[in-house]
Amino acid sequence: MSALSIHINQLAYNVQNENSTTKASERIIADIALDIKPNECVCIVGPSGCGKTTLLNAVAGIINTNNDDVNGNVSGNIMLQFTTPSPTIGYIFQEPRLMPWLTLYENIALVMPNDDPVKITAILDAVGLAAQANSYPNHLSGGMQRRASIARAFVIEPQILLLDEPFVSLDAPTAMQCRELLISLAKIHKSTIIFVTHDLNEALYLGDRVVFLSPSPARIIHELALNNVCEAYDSAAQINLKSELFNRFPKILEGQLSQD
Amino acid sequence: MAISAVAGASASSRAARTATLIKFSMFVLFLVIWQTLAFMLAQPDFPSFTQTLSALYYHSVSGDLIINVAITVTRVAISFILAMLLGSIFGIAMGARAWFNHLSDSFLIILLNVPALVVIILSYIWIGLVEAAAITAVVINKIPTVAVMLREGARTTDPKLAQVAQVYNIPWWRFMRKIYLPQLYPFFLAAARNGLSLIWKIVLVVELLGRSDGVGFALHSMFQFFDIAGILAYTMAFIAVVFMIEWVCFTPFDARIQRGR
Repeated sequence: MSALSIHINQLAYNVQNENSTTKASERIIADIALDIKPNECVCIVGPSGCGKTTLLNAVAGIINTNNDDVNGNVSGNIMLQFTTPSPTIGYIFQEPRLMPWLTLYENIALVMPNDDPVKITAILDAVGLAAQANSYPNHLSGGMQRRASIARAFVIEPQILLLDEPFVSLDAPTAMQCRELLISLAKIHKSTIIFVTHDLNEALYLGDRVVFLSPSPARIIHELALNNVCEAYDSAAQINLKSELFNRFPKILEGQLSQD
Repeated sequence: MAISAVAGASASSRAARTATLIKFSMFVLFLVIWQTLAFMLAQPDFPSFTQTLSALYYHSVSGDLIINVAITVTRVAISFILAMLLGSIFGIAMGARAWFNHLSDSFLIILLNVPALVVIILSYIWIGLVEAAAITAVVINKIPTVAVMLREGARTTDPKLAQVAQVYNIPWWRFMRKIYLPQLYPFFLAAARNGLSLIWKIVLVVELLGRSDGVGFALHSMFQFFDIAGILAYTMAFIAVVFMIEWVCFTPFDARIQRGR
């Protein structure tokens, strides 16, 4: 459990052009300031390519302004403040990103400082993969790989958990199963969650707060506090909320507040 | 599902048995053709399989075949390990760091294309007719091909997996062992397989030109006596050794890296 304050300003990738000495600069994030309370689940919704993944990568420390990223070097200001000094961070990526040459057990042991068989078995059990502990990821279904990546994120007992559209490639029942699993594990570990998605239903169901972003370079255009109004996925309250939102801002998912 | 898995396993083991049987029959067929051809030609320059076998027996028991093969295998082993190690380090560095690649690319092309014989002669002249010169010559010949292979490997490594290591604070050594190097193993195996065949051929030339023991030296003296059965016997002995290395080292390593892929 950790509170988190994020302020990202004028973040850009500077890519060295192959054939010239000039650098092309692509501004990804104009200005995002977010204060996240301990144990809060903030869902980030925005059009594709608006910088949602970049935001998570900045929080995870994968990109920072001192280092070169795979996309080129990064400039701008990234300010991160955590109430706990150097909190443990779990990250569930868009793809499961398990090592194909390691078994599920080994994949989970990989991220732990010390091999702890009891903990690993317990988390595999919690995600329903105890029987597959010695299987290789490529021999499992997409949903199982996804659950394994959830187990990997939770085994380190993350104070902050980042999720990047983790359930997009799953069929609806499997995605629902994974969401329920996420909710129950997040309750146990009291993780502070930043959940990036472009599925508004998912955001309204999971989030305590939904933050809407503009197209790139991203800034926050709207915030919606939820306070657990949506008890079930596709509940009446959720459908009401959605239609109310679309009435006010028909183009909010495209990152625009005005009608035109 | 369990039944179909068992059926699948037995079907695949049956397929494996058939494959082994085919390989073995082809080998026997080759020996039969050899024997028949030698019998029909009846030339002293073309010994039959049985004549070669008796030469193998003779050279092993009363000659130096075993000691010569052992010496050559030692030279091959030392050069192989050095060339794989240095070549991998260079190749990975070139694949992972663009500036290092720019720096050493033309040097690599030169090394790839200098004739093996030139490297051997020069190292004998510059270092002297000693063991170190022989090993150096072989290693220099092999390093560039290993480097080229591992450079390709290092270029195909997935930065997304490296990000996993970064987010979860995986220590450098564990990252290397469990995430980075496993991506290179197939390239490493390919380099090792063609490396071994290239190295043992070069080692023979090196021995022929400047050593007084080993298979290359023995072949040279048998050439002067026109002992063709002896030459074939040595070849046979060495091919047997290479097959053994394949079974003992490469096949298990191959099976290991195929796990889960």
